[in-house]
Formats: sequence, C-alpha cells, structure tokens
Amino acid sequence: MRYEAPETLEAATALLAAEMGIARVLAGGTDLLVQMKTDMVDPALVVDLKRIGEMRTITKAVDGFHIGAAVSGAELKEQVELKQHWPGLVEAANLIGSTQIQGRATLGGNLCNASPAADSIPALIAANATVSIFGPKGRRQLAVEDVVLAPRKTALDKGEFVVSFHIPLRAKGMGDAYLRFIPRTEMDIAVVGAGIGLKTDPSGVITAARIGLGAVASRPLHVKAAGDALVGSKLDKAAVDKMVDAVRAACKPIDDKRGTIEFRIKVAGVIAARAAAIAYDRART
Amino acid sequence: MQETVKKLTPEPEYKIIGTRPQRPDGVDKVTGRARFGADHNLPGQLTGLVLRSPHPHANIRSIDVSAAMALPGVKAIVTRDDFKDQGSEFVPAGEMLINYRDVVRNVMARERALYEGHAVAAVAALSPSIAKAALKLIKVDYEILPHVLDVDEAMAPGAPILHPGMITAGMDPAPKRESNVAKRVEFALGDVAKGFAAADVIVERHFETKSVHQGYIEPHACLATVAEDGQADIWVSTQGHWIVRAHCARLLGMDISKIRVTATEIGGGFGGKTVVYLEPLALALSRKAGKPVKMTMSRDEVFRATGPTSGAKMRIKIGATKDGRIVACDGELKYLAGAFQGSPVAPGCMCAFAPYDVDHVKIVGYDVVSNRPKVAAYRAPGGPISGYAVESVIDELASKLKLDPIAFRLKNAARQGTKAAYGPKFGPVGLVESLQAAQSHDHWKAPLKVNQGRGIAAGFWFNIGGETTVSIALNEDGTLVLMAGTPDIGGLRASLCMMAAEELGIGMDAIRVTIADTQSLGYNFLTGGSRSTFSSGMGVVEASRSIVKQVCERAAKLWELPTDAIEYVDGSVRPAGANAGKHPPMTLKQVAAMAGKTGGPIVGSSSINAHGAAPSFGVHLCDVEVDPETGRTTIIRYTVIQDAGRAIHPAYVEGQYQGGAVQGIGWALNEEYVYGTDGKLQNAGFLDYRIPVASDLPMIDTVIVEVPNPAHPYGVRGIGETPIVPPMGAIANAITHATGLRFQSLPMSPPKVLAAIDAARAVGDVNFKLKVA
Repeated sequence: MRYEAPETLEAATALLAAEMGIARVLAGGTDLLVQMKTDMVDPALVVDLKRIGEMRTITKAVDGFHIGAAVSGAELKEQVELKQHWPGLVEAANLIGSTQIQGRATLGGNLCNASPAADSIPALIAANATVSIFGPKGRRQLAVEDVVLAPRKTALDKGEFVVSFHIPLRAKGMGDAYLRFIPRTEMDIAVVGAGIGLKTDPSGVITAARIGLGAVASRPLHVKAAGDALVGSKLDKAAVDKMVDAVRAACKPIDDKRGTIEFRIKVAGVIAARAAAIAYDRART
Repeated sequence: MQETVKKLTPEPEYKIIGTRPQRPDGVDKVTGRARFGADHNLPGQLTGLVLRSPHPHANIRSIDVSAAMALPGVKAIVTRDDFKDQGSEFVPAGEMLINYRDVVRNVMARERALYEGHAVAAVAALSPSIAKAALKLIKVDYEILPHVLDVDEAMAPGAPILHPGMITAGMDPAPKRESNVAKRVEFALGDVAKGFAAADVIVERHFETKSVHQGYIEPHACLATVAEDGQADIWVSTQGHWIVRAHCARLLGMDISKIRVTATEIGGGFGGKTVVYLEPLALALSRKAGKPVKMTMSRDEVFRATGPTSGAKMRIKIGATKDGRIVACDGELKYLAGAFQGSPVAPGCMCAFAPYDVDHVKIVGYDVVSNRPKVAAYRAPGGPISGYAVESVIDELASKLKLDPIAFRLKNAARQGTKAAYGPKFGPVGLVESLQAAQSHDHWKAPLKVNQGRGIAAGFWFNIGGETTVSIALNEDGTLVLMAGTPDIGGLRASLCMMAAEELGIGMDAIRVTIADTQSLGYNFLTGGSRSTFSSGMGVVEASRSIVKQVCERAAKLWELPTDAIEYVDGSVRPAGANAGKHPPMTLKQVAAMAGKTGGPIVGSSSINAHGAAPSFGVHLCDVEVDPETGRTTIIRYTVIQDAGRAIHPAYVEGQYQGGAVQGIGWALNEEYVYGTDGKLQNAGFLDYRIPVASDLPMIDTVIVEVPNPAHPYGVRGIGETPIVPPMGAIANAITHATGLRFQSLPMSPPKVLAAIDAARAVGDVNFKLKVA
C-alpha cells in the first residue's frame, strides 16, 4: 500500500486519477482505517488530504459558510458563529462516534463513506448545503442530497473528491434541528435520522422547510413533500400529521440487525415531528 | 442518606475488615503499567492466527496447508491432525462441566465445522501480515450441511443432527433415536399435581431469551513458548491458570509439570475465561516452530468463537392460594448449549424456584446442541435465564392476587431451614432481610411520573468453595509476601490483604500480595462460582494463623516459656497470664529478624478444599420510563440489595453489585446474537451487539445486607454472580408496570416494545397505560 499526502488539490487529483488499483482518500480515517483493519478494503493507494489548506479551513463569506471537508467534528464544535447559525448541523456532526472519534471524524468523510445512516447528511440536506468537488476536469458543485447514490456508492468520478461544503447564512426566522433514534444514548448508528430546516415569517408562519432523512432508504433522502406539508402552517397538529405521513411515505427501509421496516417507518415520523418542534422553536427565538 | 451497609448482627471489632482501602493493583491499573494478556512479549516471537470456518455446519473433507506452508515467513501450521483424539470424560470448568472429547473438537474442528467461526487451522508466522496471507492459502474442502440454530427446531424430528449417534442422557428408557438433545435433567419435590389442586390462582407463561455474550473488554490473548527440552511457559489472560495447565497438558499429551502457566492481569472474564481456546494452539504452534508464539483474538473472533451463554425457551407455571401462599411450581427449560453439550440448564433448573419456600416443585431441563459457538460460563450460569421467567410469573401472580410484590415474596421467601427443590436445606440466608431492606428503602416509596414503572425481582446463586492453596512468607524485615492462586478479577488482592492484615494485627502496606504462577504454589481451582474471596480468604486466614502460631513458638523458645504462655496481640508477641510483663513485647519485625536463629524462615501455608460456601440472595428495584412513540426504555433508577455475608471491602462488593446489574440491563434491553438465515452471526462487534454505555445508566445504588456465613471465619459469602440474576425480571416487571403489557421475550428492544404498543393500541387493550405527551 502506498501512502501520499499531497499539498494541493491538483496533486491529489493527479494521484487518485493515475492509480490503477483501489485508491482511497483519507481525511479523519475513522471509517477507512476500520474498513482496512477488518479486511473490508485493501487499497493500493491512500491519499491523505489533510495537508491541503482549503480542506481544513472554515470561512464565513457573504454567501455563507465554506467548511473544509477535512475539518474535524471537534473543530466544528468550536465554531461559535456556525453553531449560532446552524445548531442542528453542528449537533449532527458531533453525534458521530465518541469524544476521541470527534477529534478525527470529518463532514467530508461522513458524506463520502456513503452510508445511508450517516448522521450529518440529513442535517446538511436540511441546511440546503452544496458541496464543492475537485477532480481531473476541475471544480464542480453538487447539492448534498445528490452525492450519495447507494450504500458505499457516490456520484464522484474517478479522481474526484469533496473539497468543501457551502452552507447559506441563517436569515432571521430560520431554525434547524437533527434528531436520530438509537437504542443506546451514544456510540451507536442511527436506526433513523431526521434533519429539519425551517423558515418562518414574523408572524410564525412557515414559509419554507427542508427535511432530510437517514437510514430509511438506500441513501439519505430529501423529502420535498414533507417540507412542503409544513409550509403555510404554524406547525399545528394537522400540518405535522401531514408532514409525518409524507415522511413515512418516503421511507423505503430494510429489516436488519438495527431495526425492522415497520419500526423505521413509524419512528421516522416520530422523530421528524420532534425535530420539527425543535427547529420551529429555534426559528422563533 | 440511605444506609448502605446493613449490619444485622453485633459486629466484632475489626480494624481493617469493612474499611475501604486502596487496592494493591490500583496504581498499575490507573497508570497503564499493569500487563494484560496481550502485553506480554518475548524476543523472536511469532504471530499466531486462526483460520475459522465460514460455514455454520460442514463436513471437513480435507485440509491442504502445503501452499501456506511454502509461503516465506510461515513457521508452523497446526490442524486437527496435530491433536490426538480424546475420549469422553467430563471435568469441572467453573460451575459447569466440559468433556475432553468436545474440548479437543472445539479448539480445532475434526470431522466437522459445527459453527461459523469454528477453528479449522492455525498459523504461526514472522508477522501478522504473513500469517494473514497464509490463512488465505489454506485450502479446506467443505461439504456444506444444513444447519440449525433455534432450540425448538434443533429438538424437532428431522432436524440436522450435529453429533451422529448422540442419544439423550437422563431418559428412562433411553431414546432409540439420535437427536440434538444431549441431556434431560429433572428436579422435584413433593407432588405438583397435589399442589396445583390447592391453588386458587395459577399463572402459566412461556418465555424466550437470546444468546448473550459476557462482553469482557479484553479479548482472549496468550503468549506460549515450548523449549527444545519440552519445558513450556504460557502467559495468558484467564480465570484459572491451573485449569489452563490441565487442559493443555491433556490436549498436547504433555506432563503437567512441563507447563508453567502465568495468569496475566485480566480485563474481564465473567466466566468466559474458564475454558481454553488459543492456549493449546499457541503451545502446539510453538512446539512445532521452536519459537514463542503470541496469539490475540480480534473482537470479531471473540463474538463468533468464544462462549456466549445460552438462549432459551421456557414454560413456567406457578399456583398460589388467595391469601398469597405459593403451593406449586412447575417448569420446563430448553437451553441452547451451542455446538457441544454442556449448557447451564441444570443450574438454571436448580436456581429457578430457589428464592421460594414451596412444598411441591417440579422442573425439567433439556440441554440442546445447535450450530452456534459452544456456550461458556457467564456469571451465575443458567440462573438469570430461568430467574427472569420465574420472577415475571411471580409478579403477575402478585398482581392477580392484588398483593404487594414485596409482601408476596416475603410471605413465600426461602429462609433458614427451607428445603430447596434441588436438595439441600438452607442455613442462615438473607432473602427475608433483603426484601425487608427493599421495603424500607426510599426507592420503593418514591413517586413515579407518567409512562414510568417500577419493578422488583429476587435472585439466588449457590456459590462454591473448592481446592485452594495460599502461602504467606514472613520476610526478614517483618513484612510479608502473600501468594494466592485464584486470578484477581474483582479486587481479590485487596480483600486477601485485608484479611491477612486483620489476622496479623498489622497494616496492609506490610503485605505484598501476588497471584502466583502454577510453578510457585500448590493447586488452585479457578476464579469462578464467586469462590475466590471465600476460598482464598479461608486459606489466608489459616496461613495467617499459622504464622501467628509459629511466631509465638519462636518467642516461647527465646524466652524459655511454654508456648501457651505467649499471646499475640496487635502484631506483637508478649508473655501472658502469670508470666505477663516478664519480657517486653516483641514485634513481628523483631521476631522476623531473629527467625534464622530461632529455627529458620517462617512460612504459613494452607492447602484446603474450602467447604461451607453459602448462597447469596439479592433483590433489585428498578424504575423505567418507556417512550410511547418509539418503544425505547430508559432505566431511570436502580437499586441493588444483596446479602454479602460480610463485606470485606464494601466498595468492591458494591462494584460487583453494580456491574452485575449493568450486564443484566444490557441483557434485558438490547443484547442478543443476531443470525442471518445463512447461519452467520450478523453483529459480531460492540457497535451492533449493544452492551450499555455509561450514559445509558443511572447511578446504580446499592445496599449491602450482612447475614454472616457461619462457615467462614469472617462470614463471607460469594457475591459476584447473584447481581446478574434479578435484573431481567426486575426490568420486565417495571416495563409491565409502565405499559400495562407483559413482555415474554428478551431483549425488550425498542422494535419489539413498539410493536407490542401498537398491537395494544390497535385492539384497544384495556391494560395499556402509556400516554403520548
């Protein structure tokens, strides 16, 4: 196995594109190293992206936050302004693994590991995030919900990797939240995850809503119908019920060791409703 | 503040017993200096790895190791051909029995691979990567056979047979047809038909529990070296190094004296480290390679190839009169043994009704093999499974009779003189006292909120004594070296040190306690059956008293007085009685300094088969809150009350109470072996095999009840196992109290609970109580 740690985007792409065997990018390594140790993958090339400046920095611009894909969860937690704007997103990112794992785990890794159960993805969907991708043909942007296609499969082409996330600034009257269901309280993988981003007008009427779901299909979902169900309401019971129905209708989960189909569908609605209540509260304060 | 240690008899004036000093092994464990199984290394050591069957059931037609052996860096490979077959012979392993015919087949598959993960070959190589590559080059020709995992399916006619020709033992007449039922056991007292005829209320229910693992954090690990002259050394994380020695000598055809076993520090065992897995393989590889071989299991291997405890299906029937007297108990237990016979179904039967004084009892158990890893002992083996079922039925009976669940248990509680269905009459036992402590505890009276419920359950474990050797040497400066041979898994060194210091009237820091290797001390049975503080403690007291006697004799010699004119008080000898004051007292230090001149070194030792182990009863109180929309159960308050006889070091007794409760919480709520239809384990890791994490738990409160065991010099009872018996019943009863629904299947995981909630809502179950906020 070859290990490379390039310092530019171009050098990283060149390495990845040229490798004929299995190539993997390394950010925090909290998924990759475990997969290597358990013989799930035996890469010929590992490209460590942490020496590329853009991948490790967070900037706030007029159009929003730009978060390097290799920024760790612990670093995100230190970002006071980001937390004020998108508390749900930072909370979701901080749910990944233990305190020790938080020192390594990254948003880019959580996305590109392409697990349907990734905690940060529904929250990124709720925050209307886009990703900046770099590859042999240069840079392109993609909505976050379009990156994961199936378990362990992304929309990235050979030689491409995610450089950063763009999250819009939170306008007045916006709020977000992420909740997941796990049998324990920590150290677990979402059986169901739901991220909600809301916008309200001064009277409290919801004018826009985005709902992302995790672990209920072969990929994280953006459920437009569920968000639309809340628009025009003040999160009254009828609107929430409609949203919950839309959430459940969108779920196409599997039976596995972590939960049954019926359980996931049911609980997706429950935690989406609970997350919506938190997001609405945050939007109003 | 609630009283946490209940002294029920006038307390002798102890200086050290009952205090809470720092443990002798504490500093090393906190700093990381302590060396566990995988921390031992030798120059030139090889890495040993095991090839495991990917199939749950297959004939092994052939094993071709030639390509692997040809790989540069591979130094030895062992397969079934390297181990002589063993005849059927049962020997004790903890509180369970093992059969050498099966042990040789479990450490290395012979005719068949009987479960996914069954060892098929082992390789020793210069590096882990070479060993790994070698495993891939071993060609095993498998003939895949149909497998069976479920206990009822394994017992059904036409089931795939694991051991051709196996005829159920314990049946009269013996069955003519082979089956997967290894054994039938029965325990009976009185006449159950007569008992049930007198009952006003009878409850009969069926229950199921799943296979669960001990979940020790330290994976199995050992380092073995066999010299050219056949002398062998092995360092291993084990609960019993004399047992390791015996099993390895047998499996490898070596003399016992040729093998020295050193028990390393142990990172948890809970019964699971009372058997051998890697040890004979490492020795065989080292013998073949002529180099030391180190073997360490991955977590995946620990789950797939080492002992969980049984899953079970059970039927329990109990009858009582209107005034709350239990008149008859009847039960049938079917326990999964894994691939080889030897489930703890017999102790499961014996424990089931033990907390209750009942005239008419019958319980039948079946030991059933299936294509799962062979079970190993797990903390009170068998007891928690049947205890869960019985305590659930007791709770339902109490509610049908409209009796307080503690009052109902008190009315029927086993006490001194009660004849247990499994044979003996109890001596002084502390169940009544524990129930009374529960009744008066503020937990029992605390208010509950909506969707919360409270449960109670009692539990019993026998405890054992057994073969024990202890030695104490008085050093020339008056300090002492104490050697024991039962691995310290829960604070043993502290407790032994405290008993010796109490006897000798000196400070604990004058005594250094070591767990000796098999070459340095006489035979010791393993740490299991909650026996080590009891048995090694007895040995320590005897050895200490021998030191006192010898010290008095030396002083008598020096002072030219009869020995009975000398007394030993607070670490000094002095003339007593009529001779009092004739000579100034001599300290232990002074006697030690003159030992050479007065007759030579002073050593006290004790070699005993410790008799008089007494059972420990416990009562657990648990509050839960159930989420009506997700089925998730949160443990919000938990109290363990248990008779310790006498707590030598109360903090370590409390630790055992808390640890047992926590393992039981995991068993009750989330832990289970999950298999696919392909017979492969799907959750061989701590991510999806969910033991509780710290944030899942409230502080586990404890009350130590002390009803001394008259057979022990300090009144000690074993206490380590009983705490895992009541939790599943207590939690199930609490969930019933919260929801109005009864759960007859473990674990009570959120999908299962939510499905029951939805079903109750759908049919408008009148008992259903949960409310959505």
